Amino acid sequence: MSCQKAEDWIHGYLDGELDLARSLEVEQHMRECEICARSYRSQVTLRSSLKGESLYYGAPEKLKKRIQSSLRKEAKSEMFPRAFGWRWLTVGASLAFMLLIGVVVWRIVPRSVGPSGDELLAQEIVSDHVRSLQMPGHLTDVLSSDQHTVKPWFDGKVDFAPPVKDFASQDFRLYGGRLEYLNNRTVATLIYQRRLHYINLYIWPAEQAGVTGEITTQRQGYNLAHWTSSGMNYWAISDLNRVELQEFARLVQQSQ
Amino acid sequence: MQQQNKLATFEEAVIPHLDAAYNLARWLTRNDTDAEDVVQEAFLRAFKFFGGFRGEDGRSWLLAIVRNTSYTWMRNNRTPELSTSLDDDLHEIESKDLNPEALLVQCADTLLVRQALEELPIEFREVLVLRELEEMSYRDIASITDLPLGTVMSRLARGRKRLQLALTKQMHAEV
Repeated sequence: MSCQKAEDWIHGYLDGELDLARSLEVEQHMRECEICARSYRSQVTLRSSLKGESLYYGAPEKLKKRIQSSLRKEAKSEMFPRAFGWRWLTVGASLAFMLLIGVVVWRIVPRSVGPSGDELLAQEIVSDHVRSLQMPGHLTDVLSSDQHTVKPWFDGKVDFAPPVKDFASQDFRLYGGRLEYLNNRTVATLIYQRRLHYINLYIWPAEQAGVTGEITTQRQGYNLAHWTSSGMNYWAISDLNRVELQEFARLVQQSQ
Repeated sequence: MQQQNKLATFEEAVIPHLDAAYNLARWLTRNDTDAEDVVQEAFLRAFKFFGGFRGEDGRSWLLAIVRNTSYTWMRNNRTPELSTSLDDDLHEIESKDLNPEALLVQCADTLLVRQALEELPIEFREVLVLRELEEMSYRDIASITDLPLGTVMSRLARGRKRLQLALTKQMHAEV
């Protein structure tokens, strides 16, 4: 092990984050190199001075009260939504209307009828889609129309490599990507834009190999399409009309 | 009714990490009032996204939101420090500058240590705070800061070196 390499590994060693083989290598190196051994001892000293309560900022008691009261207010306003709409101006007032209908349908439709796995997933996807548009800045974690920026962004964040293609020439512009937690796992999400409509495309590895043709459904005013191909599950959702969403689904399938 | 349940579950899962949230926000913003505002905002955001929380590690989940909120806050409210370049000039530090005896003396002075940590560039400060004050694993730090594991380690290495240098430099200045 070179000193240059040891410089970083010493810290992994100090933090107990190295595997046994690496730890032994670091120990061996410190036996041979006085400079690195000294640097390690200094770090031990330094670290002990950072421990303890002295540097820790505990939250003031009044902050806790403030937060609890603002949470209560928030919970109330979620129960009686008054300010619906204003956040939506940018996305289109029609979305707000659909959401309201969605909430009503959601509340009225009896849940006791056991929904199938796909139905549960569809519901989860509708909620996620709505949420992604609701909060400013929540739509994308990586904002880029360049597939060569978006694709590598997923590296190390998900345990698979989602296919990322831009369809700007067909008027489905790649808008960005983000991570979501759906169906009990982390899934890659690509966002596409057509005119003022956003499409969320969720991708994760399929459990079984094989190809399932595209199935389209409608929920709470949104169109959904899902299919399986090349070992991946795909779910696309948008307030786009059904024909255009199918057009999009076909583009994605053909690009694989 | 549902909202009441959500609030109760949220409070139970997330409020216990208020100190951790405040500590991180305070170290990032370096200001009491800003930290309080950031934490309040972060809790509201967390509450809105609570549907996406599946009962994993509540502290990491909350701290990632606190960190994002802090950065947004600093971007909107000043703080040129976010543009700090990461290219540091640490290779110029000779090991003779890092005198362990001097370090020992300096480290005994909490005020000096606090000041030195506060003056570190934010990229190093945040990993050090998460590692040393919150005692989080590299994996948790990586997920909060959205960095690869290797980068977490090398930032800690560089951050600690800078801290060490700052403390020993102060020593020379005082003498």
